[in-house]
Amino acid sequence: MAKKVPQINASSMADISFLLLIFFLVTTSMDVNSGLSRRLPAPVPPDQKVDDMKINKRNLFVVKINSYNQLLVQGQEMSVKQLKAKAKEFIANENEDPNLPVVFTEVIPGLGEVKYTKDHVISVQNDVDTQYQAYLDVQNELVAAYNELREEYSQKRFHRSYSELPEEVQKLVQKVYSQRISEAEPKNYGGK
Amino acid sequence: MAKIRRNEKREMPALNTSSLPDIIFMLLFFFMTVTSMKEVSLKVNIHNAQATELTKLEQKSLVRYIYVGTPTDDYRKQYGAETRVQLDDAFAEVGEIENYIVNERSAMAESDQGRMIVSIKADKDTRMGVISDIKQALRRAYALRISYSATQRTSY
Repeated sequence: MAKKVPQINASSMADISFLLLIFFLVTTSMDVNSGLSRRLPAPVPPDQKVDDMKINKRNLFVVKINSYNQLLVQGQEMSVKQLKAKAKEFIANENEDPNLPVVFTEVIPGLGEVKYTKDHVISVQNDVDTQYQAYLDVQNELVAAYNELREEYSQKRFHRSYSELPEEVQKLVQKVYSQRISEAEPKNYGGK
Repeated sequence: MAKIRRNEKREMPALNTSSLPDIIFMLLFFFMTVTSMKEVSLKVNIHNAQATELTKLEQKSLVRYIYVGTPTDDYRKQYGAETRVQLDDAFAEVGEIENYIVNERSAMAESDQGRMIVSIKADKDTRMGVISDIKQALRRAYALRISYSATQRTSY
């Protein structure tokens, strides 16, 4: 007669797994880290002089933030809320305004003929005492301006949301509205 | 005719708990997969800055953090109330960042080294002087992909 295998007592299994469960419950942190992604320019070799790149004045969009977190956009005082609209107007330059950046008409394979301002530069300059949140607000608004332009373009061209486009097409749209936000080499503006 | 017997004692049947371990295991696996151990114990106060155009940092193994803020109450006596930088578990000077990043990067797998992201977690009241110094240090260390850590803004 075959010997009967005694059943394993599994009643403590629940306790063990409870213990593990509680351990993971305590150590878990669900928050996903999110942030504003930026890319820094490559470092300047120490033996090379920092010579200011020659940029046509109409291609340049200067945003200055002072130590009281006030904005000066193209020589004009402004609140952060107005910045996005102003930046969009500058980047797109739909009416080919001679004071706004030069508009190029180019044929990009996959998109056809596109008018865009490929040489524009947005320059953000901040003071040593600028608050971090104020700086981030400005960066955020500028990125938002680009994102909105890309969205509008893909709605107009493909009648679809930018996020729904295939990756290759997104790349092309990114090329049309490529983020050209330069962060100036930190300068000491005298003062205190 | 049916007879209703009230007096007879009826015992409550034992609850069948044999499926309990399975349920618990299921929960356990869920938490095991979503869990991420707390990275470090913060020694600086950080009130997150807010923004709207956020991207998520998905590959945690590629991300290194730099914490910037004023020391917490426990450390205030020792380190003062000025803004300080924390790397991993210890306070650090801005000058140490470059070395830290280079070391961390060389410890990564070779294929990941170019994809390293440095997340700057700074208190929203930090002055930009410190942040600019950190940015310069990161440039020198060739850690060019950065992320300004922020939480989603719900209202202006």
